[in-house]
Amino acid sequence: MAYFLQQLINGLTLGAIYGLIALGYTMVYGIIGMINFAHGDVFMVGAFLSLISFVVLSQLGLNSAVLAIVVALLFSMGFAAVYGWTIERIAYRPLRGSFRLAPLISAIGVSIFLQNFVQLAQGARPKSVLPLFHGGFILYRADGFDVRLSYLQVVIMILTAVLMVAFTLLIQKTSLGRAQRACEQDRGMAALLGVNVDRTISLTFVIGAMLAAVAGLMFDLYYGVIDFFIGFLAGIQAFTAAVLGGIGSLPGAILGGLLIGLIQSFWSAYFSVEYKDVAVFVILVLVLIFRPSGLLGRPEIEKV
Amino acid sequence: MTRTPLLEVEHLTMRFGGLVAIDDVSFSCAAHEITAIIGPNGAGKTTVFNCLTGFYKPSVGRLTLHGRDKDHLLERMEGFRIARVAGIARTFQNIRLFAGMTLLENLLVAQHNQLMAASFFSISGLLGLPRYRKAEREAIDAARYWLDRIGLLAAADNTAASLPYGDQRRLEIARAMCTKPRLLCLDEPAAGLNPMESARLNDFLVSLRRDHDTSILLIEHDMSVVMAISDHIVVLDYGRKIAEGAPSAIRENPEVIRAYLGADDDETLPGAPP
Amino acid sequence: MRALRDGGLAGLVTLVLTLPIVGLRTVAAPEGLHVVPQIRSVVTIVLLAAAARFGIGLWASRPRASRPPGKGNAAIGRWVGGLGLLAAIVLPFVGSGYVTDLGINILIYVMLGWGLNIVVGLAGLLDLGYVAFYGVGAYTFGLLSSDFGWSFWEALPLCGLFAAGFGVTLGFPVLRLRGDYLAIVTLGFGEIIREVLLNWGVVTNGPNGINGIPKPSFFGLPFSRYAPDGGTTFADFFHLTFNPSQRQIYLYFVILAMALMTNFFTLRIRRLPIGRAWEALREDEIACRALGINATNVKLSAFGIGAMFGGFAGAFFAARMGFISPESFNFGESALILAIVVLGGLGSQLGIVLAAIGLVSFSEIARSLADLGGGLGGLIPANFGDYRMLLFGAAMVAIMVTRPRGLLSQRHPSVLLGSVAP
Repeated sequence: MAYFLQQLINGLTLGAIYGLIALGYTMVYGIIGMINFAHGDVFMVGAFLSLISFVVLSQLGLNSAVLAIVVALLFSMGFAAVYGWTIERIAYRPLRGSFRLAPLISAIGVSIFLQNFVQLAQGARPKSVLPLFHGGFILYRADGFDVRLSYLQVVIMILTAVLMVAFTLLIQKTSLGRAQRACEQDRGMAALLGVNVDRTISLTFVIGAMLAAVAGLMFDLYYGVIDFFIGFLAGIQAFTAAVLGGIGSLPGAILGGLLIGLIQSFWSAYFSVEYKDVAVFVILVLVLIFRPSGLLGRPEIEKV
Repeated sequence: MTRTPLLEVEHLTMRFGGLVAIDDVSFSCAAHEITAIIGPNGAGKTTVFNCLTGFYKPSVGRLTLHGRDKDHLLERMEGFRIARVAGIARTFQNIRLFAGMTLLENLLVAQHNQLMAASFFSISGLLGLPRYRKAEREAIDAARYWLDRIGLLAAADNTAASLPYGDQRRLEIARAMCTKPRLLCLDEPAAGLNPMESARLNDFLVSLRRDHDTSILLIEHDMSVVMAISDHIVVLDYGRKIAEGAPSAIRENPEVIRAYLGADDDETLPGAPP
Repeated sequence: MRALRDGGLAGLVTLVLTLPIVGLRTVAAPEGLHVVPQIRSVVTIVLLAAAARFGIGLWASRPRASRPPGKGNAAIGRWVGGLGLLAAIVLPFVGSGYVTDLGINILIYVMLGWGLNIVVGLAGLLDLGYVAFYGVGAYTFGLLSSDFGWSFWEALPLCGLFAAGFGVTLGFPVLRLRGDYLAIVTLGFGEIIREVLLNWGVVTNGPNGINGIPKPSFFGLPFSRYAPDGGTTFADFFHLTFNPSQRQIYLYFVILAMALMTNFFTLRIRRLPIGRAWEALREDEIACRALGINATNVKLSAFGIGAMFGGFAGAFFAARMGFISPESFNFGESALILAIVVLGGLGSQLGIVLAAIGLVSFSEIARSLADLGGGLGGLIPANFGDYRMLLFGAAMVAIMVTRPRGLLSQRHPSVLLGSVAP
């Protein structure tokens, strides 16, 4: 029971990170119908950005955990946003309306580029981050096993919840959100009605990159070790989460992320660590076969 | 005159979530006749087609095609089997040709199933055995015949995308005919055609019915086409059937007139001040 | 003027992009990470980006004469193909051992490219896990030879069949999916196969891989100095003096023949109904269904046949290297093969050859340039080889953006009415 609870907490934390990345996939898919294959690597860049800001701060002798988090958030979100914008501008915008495989292949190119760019700039060795938060709550104690909820896990979950709420408000209440939903429905019509489609799509990429950067920060803190390759696997997991939740649906992305996190953590705990990625893919395939629109997605009606 | 029914649609209902696109529609198409489905925009005409050709599974209803030796229950068949076994071919409202392929290739793809059988899962085709060569020659001859019929023989080796709009429409019909269908379903074949082209289309459709063992079911807005060539008309409005009968009877039907010209109580003409 | 402004903007954006990631390099030290500023690198990259954007701006604004579409491309293609084949046959006799080795490498990728082309280029199914079938073929041969002592030629058909079987089994549930979902699922399959190879130690020997896989023989004549148990070697039989390059040249011709077989098969099947159905499916799946074509079966056949050629190539790879491990079958390989198909021009057999030569020798050239060590007056950085994949990714984007349909993308009709007598 205690063990189970602990896995539940770990899985939810992991799932929160996946969920934030999945939001980026789902938004981009919703608006231009493409899988932004490079999104996982934007997440990786975000993780490096916050790592760099941590190191700079400690070199300057500023050792407050709260300050570090705030600075790292602003730093990584700000720079990652420029990455998101640039990628869309260079690699995807010229291919809008081109044949359907072109943007996906371009995205694979971006992904390869980013991985090697970071590898060249920051080195291939894994980098470790010193833990910012120590300790936590002991929720429950049984048979000499403590169920811990670390402060870090609390921070991650609260941050995810706050971002999720802020984000829902953004989509539902602001004119940007309205423009975004309009572009999802019908890009041509939205343009005719005076929505700046290019800007809306750019902003979607920018927001997605910022969320991925937050996920990268969390990943830094939670795992403590990153390298240039983390984006690939995390990206696939997060994409699976987006599909599982129903691609195009924002609550679906978070739900999918949490489920994937739980599956991974329980699978590793009760079965075997080796095949935990296999488990995720098998679930992806099963979802796609039996419920292609995901858990919260709207079923798609084929237009003939 | 007794009508031998080819296709019978009974109590067809199609719901999308809460929206009822077709509500308990029944009608039939007789063999060797041209049947037209008409109705205002959004009346559910294309949805009827999509149910008939297996793109949608109807919520309720029975769709029977009386085949040469047995009846086919279309609502239980997969889309490709409806075309292959029951012999229903269709065209699309927004033309769906294989744009990058040549006209000839488009018509050969339509004969896929018989060529596939002749090539014995491609094996005798790969080896170039005479049986397959003969089948291929016949297929090309059939394609040549249809290209000639639609007057595009000279363009046979051009890509379908290079054709002007009206020619693309006719090519799509020819492609459907290459499957040797019992029932040819045409979704707005005259859309976007000028009056001369649409008159030519009329002649073409009438000659199809005359020269081949094919009945036609068509959706059309262009009343000059519908009234001139159809033997039987089904009128849909808001997913319901409001009338059915011969063209002359439909023309006089008050329900139909009301559906087309608007009810008495909102008699605003377009352009008139409110 | 406009070019100048764009160049400046590009420089500015690049500055923002590179300032933290490149400019603040984190370096491990005993007391933890610390940052070493790299101002020179940032300035260099920014200037390069600005200059490149400026150059593109000038290029784009030049007056352009419209060129009429080229006629007789098919004839040119045939000429280039014929000459290329001739060159490929002569190559191992005139080139050094290094060149032959490079040729074998290129031909493996040509064959993989042609195999994947059936799936992606003809049928329009985006397969991001093609390397899985390559791996299945390689491991099938590796296991058959190490556990049961099968020779290359005995095992080859089974390797293809097995890979095709995998393709069909994996494809069956997922081929109904829309294109981009299919891409991710195939990517997932590629990774699953690799993970299974890594972790199923009892059968696959895990990360250590399989050693001592035999090389193909020439109708039973081995290419070794001394034949095992007193048999005849290739050199003995033809009264030649033994030379290790004979085996290499033989390997070269084996893969050349296998690649040509793939090409012949593809050219042939394009003219058959199944090949035409693949292309029709790529153009419009809904229309295919309306014409009575069973789209799932047609896709499955493309997937299975593509996988089969991947399996053949995998068996050859195992035989040539003599050693295989899961690391040879990672996503990078899938991406490289896909890049060859796409950059060459989807569906173009000749384009794939050119792209394979380009991409494979590109990495070789990068490596030899790196050996020059800051040659050409320091113009080429000493670690140029490290930039290989970076440039590779950038080239993929650049080619997609400028020529979304690949370098050679002209499609030749599978049949011409003019060529058939009435």
